[in-house]
Amino acid sequence: MEIPESVKKRLTLPAEEHFYAGHTACQGCGASLGLRYVLKAYGRKTIVVIPACCSTIIAGAWPYNTLDANLFHTAFETTGAVMSGIEAALKAMGYKVKGEDGVMVVGWAGDGGTADIGLQALSGFLERGHDAVYIMYDNEAYMNTGIQRSGSTPYGAWTTNTPGGKRHFLEKRHKKKVIDIVIAHEVPYAATASVAYPEDFIKKLRKAKEIPGPSFIQLFSPCPTGWRSPTDKSIEIARLAVQTAYFPLFEYENGKYRINMPSTRREPKPIEEFLKLQGRFKYMTREDVEILQRWVNHEWEKLKKLAEVFG
Amino acid sequence: MAEYKPIRKVVSGNYAAAYAVKHARVQVVAAYPITPQTSIIEKIAEFIANGEADIQYVPVESEHSAMAATIGASATGARAFTATAAQGLALMHEMLHWASGARLPIVMVDVNRAMAPPWSVWDDQTDSLAQRDTGWMQFYAENNQEVYDGVLMAFKVAETVNVPIMVVESAFILSHTYDVVEMIPQELVDEFLPPRKPLYTLTDFDNPISVGALATPADYYEFRYKLAKAHEDAKKIIKEVGREFGERFGRDYSDMIEKGHVDDADFVFMGLGSLMGTVKEAVDLLRSEGYRVGYAKVRWFRPFPREELLEIAEKVKGIAVLDRNFSFGQEGILFNEAKGALYGTGARPIMKNYIVGLGGRDFTVRDVRAIAENMKAIIESGKLDREVEWFHLKR
Repeated sequence: MEIPESVKKRLTLPAEEHFYAGHTACQGCGASLGLRYVLKAYGRKTIVVIPACCSTIIAGAWPYNTLDANLFHTAFETTGAVMSGIEAALKAMGYKVKGEDGVMVVGWAGDGGTADIGLQALSGFLERGHDAVYIMYDNEAYMNTGIQRSGSTPYGAWTTNTPGGKRHFLEKRHKKKVIDIVIAHEVPYAATASVAYPEDFIKKLRKAKEIPGPSFIQLFSPCPTGWRSPTDKSIEIARLAVQTAYFPLFEYENGKYRINMPSTRREPKPIEEFLKLQGRFKYMTREDVEILQRWVNHEWEKLKKLAEVFG
Repeated sequence: MAEYKPIRKVVSGNYAAAYAVKHARVQVVAAYPITPQTSIIEKIAEFIANGEADIQYVPVESEHSAMAATIGASATGARAFTATAAQGLALMHEMLHWASGARLPIVMVDVNRAMAPPWSVWDDQTDSLAQRDTGWMQFYAENNQEVYDGVLMAFKVAETVNVPIMVVESAFILSHTYDVVEMIPQELVDEFLPPRKPLYTLTDFDNPISVGALATPADYYEFRYKLAKAHEDAKKIIKEVGREFGERFGRDYSDMIEKGHVDDADFVFMGLGSLMGTVKEAVDLLRSEGYRVGYAKVRWFRPFPREELLEIAEKVKGIAVLDRNFSFGQEGILFNEAKGALYGTGARPIMKNYIVGLGGRDFTVRDVRAIAENMKAIIESGKLDREVEWFHLKR
């Protein structure tokens, strides 16, 4: 469908679409929105690498394909390594990689495939300095296998292998800070983003393309199925994750931190605001909520300090 | 065609592999160090450092990633290579399936090394043979020359049938032992092996493709059949490429099993790789002493040359299968495969399995003679003393 010019000039996101309708994501899926934005930002001159994750299914069973871009499906733990090989081959074959008019190599992996099983390959990819962007879409558990905890699952969350119950067997470890592990590699560009703030995400995707070397974006992607939340609340939940400073938006660019919250002046909302819309947190006691709040406060203060000292 | 004048170099098996990679104009190498493979990738790195080879070299953080990166490079459209041994090959196992399933013509050298524990860095074929069901073709080199020739032919065969190939050589016996290798001038290699022309790449941005998508039970089966058929079809290609190699460079590889004195032998020794060099030496000696013996050196283990095996089995009274490997709870792997291939045919030679040389235990001409005496007695009496013999066992 042709978009009228009058509408086009008011759009804050690219009008072009390279992610087809008719994909097989659940209602209210943050990941499918995220992938749509990635392809809007990068267009067809893109090679996407998808390991085992929800997007394996979302991309469609053979012979169907949701993506209007080259796609290589790969094994769970190999995203970083396969990206490295693709980038090396493109260079060997004489292609311009990254930058203006360059080919974009995009890794699109879930939190399990990044924080856990794929961490080694990610580290290798970052450390060797390949020209490509790795995007971790973070829905905070192994959703494709049916909601099991990952290293990126937050304190207090119900999952099918931290099921609550009489013994209060909930997730008792705080969320692994993958972005901090990435930054420890002193990459040229790393950022957090959220599907609730698509303009910010697209801006970061473009930066990730312009800046040479490896880029990393951790994208907060609500999962109504796994979070036991209403399918029409995904954006609201993602926005609250930012507003409560549970998932702050920031960039690390050439050694400098910059917090890019929609409003950096306002004090974060209490974490309950974020928790109460999601059934996965219903087993949390008052003490659990306090423990999580303290962690959020601590991480937020740390980030502000980093932005102050290395801003 | 320019006149072929070989360049003779004294090199190790590993350097022979590295020279073949250079001459094949490989574009991407992703690899991880492991004894006794490492000198292959060191030599390749040296070629790059000296400006002798234009290769993108990815020094990955594990063998699993080595195979994954090689897969990414090959899917993109480049000619890609890696090398490994033993534990490294086992770590790659998952991705070996990925390479063949995605129909990528990757060539890899595996330096046969014993699996741990106990730790061992010495020759043993169980590492590569344990990968027999991954959909890779396997070529076993007897000597350094065959390592060099094998890598060059492997690229041609792999890129014709879109199936990856493992070129296998022995730890230390070949990998670190120097021998004369006749190398082919670059322009003649280029004539034999032109640049890769992939059917599909990830770089057609006007017609994007998806590789490896989910296949439901309605389709998966046919994907498997196509890979199975590719292996069967590869037999013809292997013979053609082997014949062409012989016509161009004087070393004919049109037989998937190299045969010696089969026509007038009572029994033959059958085996894979470098130990067959020892066997060939011994067979000459034994024949001069009146033994009616021959040999059958299995060059290609996958696809398995069942037709050629049958021809041999129909001619001889016995086959002594030498396995430098073992499948626990069963028997030597080549022995098991050979018996299976002959079942249902008319050929019924007496077959005995000798487990030899595991973990680099020396296998000598004297050992071949002892086996020959044992086989001779078995054939004369018509009675098999035992089916599987752990030949070197300390008693």
